[in-house]
Amino acid sequence: MTDSRDYDIVIIGGGPAGLAAGLYGARGRHKTLLIEKGVIGGQIALTEAVENYPGIQMINGFDLAQAMLAQSESYGMETEYTEVQKIEQQGLKWLVSTEAGDFTTRALIVTAGAEYNRLGVPGEDRLIGKGVSYCATCDAAFFKDQAAVVVGGGDSALEEGIFTTRYVSKATIVHRRDEFRASAILQERALADPKIEVAWNTVVTEVLGDDQVTGVRLKDVNTGEESTMDVTAVFIFIGSTPNTGFLGGLIPLDGGKHALVDEWMATPLPGLFAAGDVRQNSARQVASSVGDGVTAAIAADHYITANFHGDTAAAAAPAEATPAA
Amino acid sequence: MTKPAEVTDNDWETEVLKNDTPVFVDFWAPWCGPCRMVAPLVDELSAEYDGKVKFVKLNTDDNTETATRYGIRSIPTMMVFKGGEPVGQIIGFRPKSNLKQAIDAAL
Repeated sequence: MTDSRDYDIVIIGGGPAGLAAGLYGARGRHKTLLIEKGVIGGQIALTEAVENYPGIQMINGFDLAQAMLAQSESYGMETEYTEVQKIEQQGLKWLVSTEAGDFTTRALIVTAGAEYNRLGVPGEDRLIGKGVSYCATCDAAFFKDQAAVVVGGGDSALEEGIFTTRYVSKATIVHRRDEFRASAILQERALADPKIEVAWNTVVTEVLGDDQVTGVRLKDVNTGEESTMDVTAVFIFIGSTPNTGFLGGLIPLDGGKHALVDEWMATPLPGLFAAGDVRQNSARQVASSVGDGVTAAIAADHYITANFHGDTAAAAAPAEATPAA
Repeated sequence: MTKPAEVTDNDWETEVLKNDTPVFVDFWAPWCGPCRMVAPLVDELSAEYDGKVKFVKLNTDDNTETATRYGIRSIPTMMVFKGGEPVGQIIGFRPKSNLKQAIDAAL
């Protein structure tokens, strides 16, 4: 009997790694389901311009993600918008519990990505959407001809900082060290931008304002000297933490909560793979995540072939596995 | 299925504040990725709450007066109005179930 909730491959997370895994899973004639809790594309959905994905000079991140989704679905990948609550082994299969009910699968690929970090200073949480933002491409337009601070020193901070200058009168990049981690080309662009200033060796200790952001309190990490700066926007890009909460206790994680996997993206548990930003030592790029997803899907294909001997969801329900295109 | 109508600074008063039933407003702009993702969910909710809640969209690029008046500084922002007063607010993309909770809580 055909069980519509039984799959060969279930993928948790619809960013580039998950979408690429879905493409290879579906093209491998596996009954494949992608589960996404928010926006398809994950972090790249918020990226104004992706200009380092080989073969494409420049593309909007949301558009790239939509193109990847359409391609994977054209080969039969199914998509469910819900949040995963728990995963557990059930015999040889995996049981995935979500807000939309349970699914069973032979191979499970976790591509849950990472969530941006918060500063954890007073005023930050209270003023989210009121001047505190984690997405310059979404919100910078609301601060036309106003002053902003951008917190961080990596690729995201500089990319988004440069983007804000389309609107703001001045962007001060507040960075706790005396040099950026960002790629050289972004550093060159940021430092050459007349609207951008950099406050080196400085941290934000408080976001000020009642109903709307009116300023930030800053501290020089060398001298300890404190100051305030009048701004109406605070854009925060200080790294991310992998979404591995639901894996806790199941598989080993490193100190940064990244999943430990081998070169086939396999975790120590049978049929469980982790790819993209959730794994240790990910390069955290669209291109590397796509590669991770592909590797995981091919490994899952080998795993299913070796362990299920034709007893697959696709074999039980051939009609559903036939590509739409 | 009737899709949410676009409202502007000019008809905000009559379409939203003076409307008899509660009004769900989706503040959006064409360049905002998460707004494009919220849009189909708002369309579906509009059908599900037909007759009980009126659904409208306001383009914050073209209608800065209203966006400024309600302190919109991040989109998508969704607000529920009842008797001319804001009674609920959601900032950022949320799954449909969360939007429903917010609407039901405001009714």
